[in-house]
Amino acid sequence: MRKLTDLEYLALNRPRKILYRIGLFFCGIPAWFLRLILAIWGYIKRFGLAIKNEVLDIINTFRNGSWKTRVSYFIMGFGNVSRGQIMRGLLFFFFEALFIFYMVAFGGHWLAKFGTLGDVAPHDEYSAVYDAYIRVNGDDSFKVLLYGLLTIFFIIAFIYTWRLNVKQNRIAEEILSTGKKLKSGKDDVKSLIDDKFHKTLLALPLSGIIIFTVMPIIFMILVAFTNYDGAHDGYSNLFTWVGGANFNELISGASSNGNLSYTFGEILSWTLMWAFFATFTNYFLGMFVAIMINKRGIRLKKVWRGILVLTIAIPQFVSLLYVSRLFASNGIVNSLLMNWGWVSQPIQFWKDPTLSRIMVILVNIWVGIPYLMLIATGILMNIPQDLYESSKIDGANTFKQYTKITLPYMLFVTGPYLLTSFIANINNFNVIYLLTWGQAVDNPALTTSGGNATSVDLLITWLFKITTGATSNYKLAAVIGIMIFVVVAIISLVVYNVIPSTRNEEDYQ
Amino acid sequence: MMRSNAHHMGMRTKTKISNTIIYIVLVIMMLIWLIPFVCILLESFRIESTGKVGYVIPKVWGFDNYISLWTKTDFPTWYLNTLIIGLVVAVVQMAFVLCTSYTLSRMRFKGRKGLMNFILVLGMFPGFITMIVLYKVLSGVGLTNENAIFGLMLVFTASSGMGYYVSKGFFDTIPKSLDEAARVDGATRLQVLTKVTLPMSKPIVIYTILTAFMAPWGDFMFARYISHLTSKGMTVAVGLQSWLNTELMTNAYYTRFCAGGVMVAIPITLLFMFLQKYYVEGVTGGAVKG
Repeated sequence: MRKLTDLEYLALNRPRKILYRIGLFFCGIPAWFLRLILAIWGYIKRFGLAIKNEVLDIINTFRNGSWKTRVSYFIMGFGNVSRGQIMRGLLFFFFEALFIFYMVAFGGHWLAKFGTLGDVAPHDEYSAVYDAYIRVNGDDSFKVLLYGLLTIFFIIAFIYTWRLNVKQNRIAEEILSTGKKLKSGKDDVKSLIDDKFHKTLLALPLSGIIIFTVMPIIFMILVAFTNYDGAHDGYSNLFTWVGGANFNELISGASSNGNLSYTFGEILSWTLMWAFFATFTNYFLGMFVAIMINKRGIRLKKVWRGILVLTIAIPQFVSLLYVSRLFASNGIVNSLLMNWGWVSQPIQFWKDPTLSRIMVILVNIWVGIPYLMLIATGILMNIPQDLYESSKIDGANTFKQYTKITLPYMLFVTGPYLLTSFIANINNFNVIYLLTWGQAVDNPALTTSGGNATSVDLLITWLFKITTGATSNYKLAAVIGIMIFVVVAIISLVVYNVIPSTRNEEDYQ
Repeated sequence: MMRSNAHHMGMRTKTKISNTIIYIVLVIMMLIWLIPFVCILLESFRIESTGKVGYVIPKVWGFDNYISLWTKTDFPTWYLNTLIIGLVVAVVQMAFVLCTSYTLSRMRFKGRKGLMNFILVLGMFPGFITMIVLYKVLSGVGLTNENAIFGLMLVFTASSGMGYYVSKGFFDTIPKSLDEAARVDGATRLQVLTKVTLPMSKPIVIYTILTAFMAPWGDFMFARYISHLTSKGMTVAVGLQSWLNTELMTNAYYTRFCAGGVMVAIPITLLFMFLQKYYVEGVTGGAVKG
């Protein structure tokens, strides 16, 4: 497709302009991918270069350094202590001692087993004391995987600290050669509330994130390449590495228990469909409600808003569970409909595959509109009123004002919000699970294809089901978790590259 | 003269008609939004049957469901569990979120952008997959099942630094010149935070506390997994859901479920109404600045 000049573009009529832009977007995809690959390649190259520089620096420091520096290569902190920085030096030294002790006492054992995730199954062993065979525990694959991973983390942390120790020796020598003084332990402590304050502030939150999010996620990524499930629980029956077999099962459908790729495809497409409808129905209807309440001449604005906001405050599980029972086959809605003679059979709101999908979207609108109303009200009030006044003088009607002023402004401001709520909806567990739990939705194709899913299940509720269900299929859960990540990452990347960035963090400061 | 008057009249009737339509729509909407809650309230006062019935207004009214809720069931335990978790999470999460967002917003240091991108990518994983390994580890040290509240506290708070976005958006709007003026006067970074920034941050502090306190009342997934259906360790969400698990349970506990729902909704709603202003500021601020 030929790129038009500005003048040529302006000369096009409206539909052609839109077509041109859509065409431009799709033609841009290959170039975009190319740029992505180049960027990744650039990162790898820069990373390699950085490693090379580090190694060179380590070698040069050793060559040019004094004997104190050289000893520090083997006894960490020696240089610091001998130059008077006792506190730093002792910290380095204790860290090294701890590391060596750990590696000798535990780490080596776990690392050695890491390749196989344990090779001693529980077995019977002859005991001379009892003169009988007794059951002996073997390895626990779960522990091997976990402690192996922790050991690897510890080694990386050690290498980093060791490098820091070397660097500090070089810097200390440079400072001393210019005749200046080194920082004392007191200065170090002081800098923690001043120019190093960010380290103090981030220390706890970041450790929390590393221990409770980063490590578990890496662990689960590793689990995706093992056969860890209820049958291979690690201690009574070891699990081991299986390579990409789990991914293969999910994508190609070659599975021992049914046709998982069918289930996956169904659930993935419904997840995307749900996220799309849930996000945009809420967005437009919420905005519509906000505009209605905001309209000049409407009274009791505070009351309307107040009632809607009230429903946000009531915990969702209460309203969702209640609504779920309201529409159950023996719920109030069906009783009323039957009493009035409108239906003869109870309507299966949660069991019919199509109806249940419509219902969860409708209930989600009910849950979501108050939030959107709240957000939209705040933004609508920020739109300069003179825009409306002058457009009115120019003869614009309400609809025109909406499409030319309100909507563009809203979309511009809430672009990032739309993305986050789309992603939140992909992972919207509460609405789906609490509404349809225990109401086995009928869909024969899904029942036979394995994975125990129903037609309203999202990836996240499916993930929950297979981890809490009887089979405890952890390996599949890990794979689905990775798949959710891939879906979310692709959508975010595309959206970030298509919508104009609306936000610059330095704007206000 | 006549014509313009007629035109004017036309405009006015048009506005009147559109306003009337809007009023009708709004009234219908309010009914749809309120009816389920009114139904819960009404059903919680029903005495003649504890199960599901085909009508809403009780034939015999009374507080029996509330009394048995507090005296004969595990509801008080669940309520206390959730309250304790909520309070602890509110305090710790506020500290973590403020530390993270303040640092990322006000300070420039090596690796800041990288850290933000890293947290963004981490957030793309569904939080629940960490549960499988965390449950095993936490149960290894005895913080699940009947002691689930401690496990839940850890799970809810430990990674809360990742949710720094709204709060950072707030700090981004405070002019940097204030910090710099204080620095020139010899204040340390710590003093800038405590003496300059924090006194101005009341809305965001209250917003953070409020959302953090409310989260455990609404969370279902994590609480269900960590408590593993052990009654002593449940929160209200898991506990009340367990009463509706089977048809048999529903028949015995349905009205108590309604009463429990009311008991949960009342304090949260009051708190929310009281602090609504801050919530609106937080939400819309977050929406405006992404």
